[in-house]
Amino acid sequence: MTASTLIKGATLPDGTTTDVLVQDGVIAELGAVKATADRTIDADGLRLLPGLVDLHTHLREPGREDAETVLTGSRAAAVGGFTAVLAMANTSPVTDTAEAAERVYDLGRAAGLVDVQPVGAVTKGLAGEELAELGLMARSRAKVRVFSDDGKCVHDPRVMRRALEYVKAFGGVVSQHSQDPSLAGPTACCHEGELSGQLGLPGWPGVAEEVIVARDVMLARHTGSRVHVAHVSTAGSVEVVRWAKAQGIAVTAEVTPHHLLLTTDLLTGYDPTFKVNPPLRPDEDVRALREALADGTIDAVATDHAPHARHDKEHAFVDAAFGMLGLETALPVITTVMVENGLLDWAGVARTMSVNPARIAGLDDVHGRPVAVGEPANLTLVDPAAKVVVDRAASVSLSRNNPWHDRKLTGRVVATLLRGTPTVLEGALA
Amino acid sequence: MNKHLLSIDDLSAGDIEQLFTTAAEMHDVQRREVKKLPALRGRTVINLFFEDSTRTRSSFEIAGKWLSADVINLSAKGSSASKGESLRDTVLTVTAMGVDGLVVRHGASGAAEQISRWIDVPVINAGDGTHEHPTQALLDSYTLTRKLGSLEGKHVAIVGDLTHSRVFRSNVKCLAKLGATVTVVAPPTLMPAGVGDWSKTAGFATSYDLDAVLPSADAVMMLRVQRERMSGGFFPTAREYTVGYGLTRDRLAVLKPGTPILHPGPMNRGLEISADAADALDSVVLDQVSAGVAVRMSVLYHLLAGEETK
Repeated sequence: MTASTLIKGATLPDGTTTDVLVQDGVIAELGAVKATADRTIDADGLRLLPGLVDLHTHLREPGREDAETVLTGSRAAAVGGFTAVLAMANTSPVTDTAEAAERVYDLGRAAGLVDVQPVGAVTKGLAGEELAELGLMARSRAKVRVFSDDGKCVHDPRVMRRALEYVKAFGGVVSQHSQDPSLAGPTACCHEGELSGQLGLPGWPGVAEEVIVARDVMLARHTGSRVHVAHVSTAGSVEVVRWAKAQGIAVTAEVTPHHLLLTTDLLTGYDPTFKVNPPLRPDEDVRALREALADGTIDAVATDHAPHARHDKEHAFVDAAFGMLGLETALPVITTVMVENGLLDWAGVARTMSVNPARIAGLDDVHGRPVAVGEPANLTLVDPAAKVVVDRAASVSLSRNNPWHDRKLTGRVVATLLRGTPTVLEGALA
Repeated sequence: MNKHLLSIDDLSAGDIEQLFTTAAEMHDVQRREVKKLPALRGRTVINLFFEDSTRTRSSFEIAGKWLSADVINLSAKGSSASKGESLRDTVLTVTAMGVDGLVVRHGASGAAEQISRWIDVPVINAGDGTHEHPTQALLDSYTLTRKLGSLEGKHVAIVGDLTHSRVFRSNVKCLAKLGATVTVVAPPTLMPAGVGDWSKTAGFATSYDLDAVLPSADAVMMLRVQRERMSGGFFPTAREYTVGYGLTRDRLAVLKPGTPILHPGPMNRGLEISADAADALDSVVLDQVSAGVAVRMSVLYHLLAGEETK
């Protein structure tokens, strides 16, 4: 039996205010709670959300434990208000077998701070040629449901078609990193446009993403399967997804916090901190992504948390590693970009950062649940008005490739509860 | 003047004029029997070249030596990533030996700027990827001013593989600062991404039609076109490129008499420039090479000589 927690006077996503008694891992009582508990959290003025769920993280273990481990990534997730994260398959070795998936799953359970759900590779070794053991991963203890070659695109249409067909047997979904490799090759590192022309950096044109999104929604229609578009970055992709949804095609999409706020002009000084794949885009794309998240065309926010050792970012720009940290700053960025601008209310935040991602990942029996009696107590308590200046040195991640350093953001995660046990209290690891 | 020379953006028009005045003095030194000046005696300059180069490296080496600097050539070919060492580590290691200036050539755009953030000594960009090659632009403009006088209002055509050219990117900025009107000419596949917006804000013109541009040109700068671009699908054949964009014998006849012809080298004779053009009386290709030493002496002098020796 775990210690009980009483959250006093929290405001739910729908705006109602209530006490929440958490006992034995579930929500035991709502309303004006008279009972006392082992711990009381004063939630006056704070928002209580279902625990956040991240469809897209890189925890680097196994293989690059100098950049992040399942434990340190779990810490960053908990501090960021997450109760579940999906760990991408591009580790070394790749998560392309049941054994590899169970290992990541077990490391997550051992860390015990968030539910770490492994993503399985679509193809063996992410090579894009032969299907990985999708069925065995699905049947494993890890119960893999999301498959992705993220970092690489499943670019062969025949392989993508077979993957989409095959995962239907166990309700799986393919999360696609949409990047046509002949339109945007491995050196493509800057949004193709005026700035890439001036800087002389290899361009990564939006169309390289859009043609794959368009192809995949047609394949999803043809196969009657479900496709998820990872880290949508352009207005054109948004148009395609909007069209596909209107046709009734089973497509979902995610957007990263960085693509909702940071723009390509940050690359002017060739600082690899801002090198990410897909690249930061211009204002027009950022505006379209915000609107699409607000109107539901984009279902979910996903961080694409991508820690890197310092030396992997200290190469010439084209040689430096792609990716940026995101777990600890996601909620403040969404508060700043979407809530403060009136594009999403808190119910919308709960929907895009918890309910929808949990449903897409097949974790909705435990995560993304309503705040109601009897539900698992996976909860995140947020101070919606707190102003925070991000300090990369304060991160609990092992890495420091933080594009938000020195930026003033609104919103702060005060507490996180995983199955009733606080993982974060007063903004710090419990 | 800025501490580093990473881009033409680091220089004002006044800085460029000052560099040219000094370069003219240095140019005279080249004709002396004893060419050494004592200005950088006791200073160490490292030519840190991550990419092959014969002419630029030699030019900087001679420039440094004629200023009495100790010049060390360090070839660090191959990306440092492949050696397991970061670029920062490589650069810190080299500068820890005690150098007064770094001349950097790198195959990656922005490398010189990144390096300048990691170390204290002046960094001179000797070409970074497809970004900039500021001393090349300076020597080109210097050569032109010696032929044409002031560049104010002069029309310069830059022709060739603009997408992959750091020479173009530095020149378009340098010529603008000196008041020249620039038209860049290339097939659409060799125009840089977003050049439409860029040209509007930066005030240069673009054209796909070389024949329409040449009659009004006061100078023509031909850029090298690498044959391997054909496999990238940038143009179908060398023959077709030459017909569209080469400075052929026929096109020479269209130029105003005395129009200087520039090429940063190495030339692909018969592709972007015909032998007739390369060897024409108005070709200034060798003047560019000779000016290169003088201009680089001037840059080294202004960035590395302490106030007491100036």
